[in-house]
Amino acid sequence: MLVPLWMYLAVAGALFSIGVFGVLARRNAVAILMSVELMLNAVNINLVAFWRYSETSTDLLLNGYAFTAFVLIVAAAEAAVGLAIIITVYRNRRSVIPEEAVALKG
Amino acid sequence: MALNAVTIGFVVFSILTLGGGIGVVTTRNLFQGTIWLMVSLFGVAGFFILLSAPFLAAVQILVYIGAIAILITFAVMLTRSVTRIKTRYIRVVPSFVGSLLLFLVLLFGITVPIFGGHLPESAPEYVASTRDLGIALVDENGYVVPFLLASVLLTAAMIGAIFIARDEKA
Repeated sequence: MLVPLWMYLAVAGALFSIGVFGVLARRNAVAILMSVELMLNAVNINLVAFWRYSETSTDLLLNGYAFTAFVLIVAAAEAAVGLAIIITVYRNRRSVIPEEAVALKG
Repeated sequence: MALNAVTIGFVVFSILTLGGGIGVVTTRNLFQGTIWLMVSLFGVAGFFILLSAPFLAAVQILVYIGAIAILITFAVMLTRSVTRIKTRYIRVVPSFVGSLLLFLVLLFGITVPIFGGHLPESAPEYVASTRDLGIALVDENGYVVPFLLASVLLTAAMIGAIFIARDEKA
């Protein structure tokens, strides 16, 4: 293990910022969902890096490892439901722009 | 930092991850965007290998590249026929400034001051293996409750996705 911890955190921070930019700036809802996946992956890098470099990882404490697995599960569920919603909105409104889905606007 | 296999791998996977991420948020053609997303997720799987979590790397490739990226590809193909989107971006300048500020705060506000002095040699020599993870996932003192809840969540998400995306006129 010869790469310092802060370099992993820097890469994860950069990936998270790229995802934030995509979520804020892209117009297509599918592109926004892809950017959310990037942010989740940045968080996963952070979790695994902290788990690897923590002193307790030899004591069979698997918090970071197991939590990353659960983040993966929740990301899969989020992608399935999110894409189903996008396809339904597209079928009803012929649009994948989130700003145009205003049926529930008060 | 000596030039060795881990360092070279780190640089290569960093380029793959960040280049793929930039490709995702900048490409005009969303189908190419899913390819860039696969590149980025592959880089993240490489980081998991470097961090001695091979099980997570395998799951990353199977679940993310094999399932989620393919799902997104289908969504792109199902929704792009009549897209009226002329521009890729909305409010691009404030978003760019905001995310750049976020990155600078994360890097120079948190990462370098707190973890900059963390020596790589202080990482433990041995870490838990995939076998330990498997035991912990079904151990009652471990993660058996979240493990079962995850299966319930996946079932609920699957039923919900089918129910939401179902075409009622068909």
